[in-house]
Amino acid sequence: MINELKIPLIKNISLTKQYTVSILTVLMVAFLCFSLQNWLSYRTSSLILLMTVSVIAMLFDIVPVIISAVLSALIWNYFFIPPIYNFHINNTQDLLMFFLYFFIALVNAVLTFKIREAEKKARDKEEKENTIKLYNTLLNSLSHELRTPISTILGAVDTLNENKEKLSDKNQNILLNEIGKAGFRLNRQVENLLNISRLENGILRPKFDWYDMNDLINSVLQKLSVNENHKIIFQSDDTLPLFRIDEGFTEQIIHNLLHNSIQYTSENSIIEIEVMHQSENLIILISDNGNGFPEDKMDLVFNKFYRLPNTKAGGSGLGLSIVKGFVEAQNGKIKLNNKENGGAVFTVEIPAEMSYINHLKNE
Amino acid sequence: MNKAEILIIDDEPQIRKLLEITLESNDYKVLQAETGKQGIIMAANHPPELILLDIGLPDKSGHEILKELREWYNKAIIILSVQNNENDIVSALDNGSTDYLTKPFRTAELMARIRSAIRRNQTQENTSVIEIDNLQINLVNRTVKKNDELIKLTSTEFNLISLFAKHEGSVLTHQYILKEIWGVGYQTETQYLRVFVGTLRKKIEDNPNQPKHIITESGVGYRFQ
Repeated sequence: MINELKIPLIKNISLTKQYTVSILTVLMVAFLCFSLQNWLSYRTSSLILLMTVSVIAMLFDIVPVIISAVLSALIWNYFFIPPIYNFHINNTQDLLMFFLYFFIALVNAVLTFKIREAEKKARDKEEKENTIKLYNTLLNSLSHELRTPISTILGAVDTLNENKEKLSDKNQNILLNEIGKAGFRLNRQVENLLNISRLENGILRPKFDWYDMNDLINSVLQKLSVNENHKIIFQSDDTLPLFRIDEGFTEQIIHNLLHNSIQYTSENSIIEIEVMHQSENLIILISDNGNGFPEDKMDLVFNKFYRLPNTKAGGSGLGLSIVKGFVEAQNGKIKLNNKENGGAVFTVEIPAEMSYINHLKNE
Repeated sequence: MNKAEILIIDDEPQIRKLLEITLESNDYKVLQAETGKQGIIMAANHPPELILLDIGLPDKSGHEILKELREWYNKAIIILSVQNNENDIVSALDNGSTDYLTKPFRTAELMARIRSAIRRNQTQENTSVIEIDNLQINLVNRTVKKNDELIKLTSTEFNLISLFAKHEGSVLTHQYILKEIWGVGYQTETQYLRVFVGTLRKKIEDNPNQPKHIITESGVGYRFQ
């Protein structure tokens, strides 16, 4: 239940600032009470000061809170308890109240601090559980995605070794082909894992330079393992300027989005790539005419290891999260929408400088 | 039987074995070294026709070995590198490596690169006319013909295609091309290069969207073939 208390914790505020703010708050409230003492009794002022200490306790560390508690008690004694302007207390009841004030303010401070500590522990525990959950998902997904091609390679090699005489040339070729495909699949997964860990560790920094998007996309298309069952449409646009972007990141973004569409749309689907620019942004649209995405799952598809329920085998749930990582590393945004007439469209928006230097062409 | 000698410098026994079998089955004679130091000694004792050099060796960085070799060895050196390491590749090419291949590579590609590198070892440098596929580049008359028809090129476009043609099959880094064509101060002005490669492709390629001659090598430069 502690976890649900959600006491606002002001993180990342330096201790010096905490001291300054808490002392100033106490001084200001005390000044306010002092100016209003014609209307407020000194006992009401003590309650207002106590409340101020409680608020400070909810926000700051234990030491500034204890200082506020002590300071407010002394101020109350000096400026409010008759006789004022000295620390002397004549009345036993006031003396008792002063000690009670002091005690309540301190207890208040310590209790709030303890609650916050407990909350932090609970949060750490939750984070640890989430990490373990993520780690397990990673292991499950990895063992499937890595072991499938490894099994293919080992199995095919065994069969080729042991039954070479019985296997027809055609079947031997099929097995060799499968070994090759499995190698590519392994390589792709290793690359995905390397990319995601480099992105998360901040090792990958974008290197911005001028690129021709037509050339970049055509080069991705040439490298993409051709899938004859899908039609990819891209019309080069000669009027496009050069964009200052990171080539490797942008290639990966386009490659992974295309790979994703190929993987999860049925045969004969059409995938279309469009490039345009709006104000200072490079915009890449990749759309398909498949089934689109369930509306309630759209926010989840960019999460690491997330895979839509009932999707076909293959894929580690890393591709789209890498896309998001590479887009954000270039300060861009990515959106996913379903099209009205069926299919999905990914919109990548990357802020980029543009260059038109056509006058050079006559040199 | 070509029996050209190839020295493999790689610390991974599996890769050496794979390369040995592949190269021998293509009639090359294979020499092997598992450390950089051993590789340099072997190359010095008996200079091979081509060296395949792994950039990530345990005893010495491949870049250092490359620099040492280039002090006296002027035949082809092909760098083998792991993927996603474009900085490594660019720096190796700038330090005099003839070509590069990223692991994992397909053996057909390896053989093509080796053939092209060895051919360049043997090519006379003072040829005035270079013929590549359907292109004919005349360095003296400064003319280019495609399918025997003259192509109109601007002066910069001609400088670019002749630079490419002189290094046929090799990868040229962006910086190298910019320096050679536009001069030392222009090495970061890649937009110039993009524009001229774009216009040149329109003039010499059958389909500029699927270029066969000027190939983009992501993050590295261009290869002319």
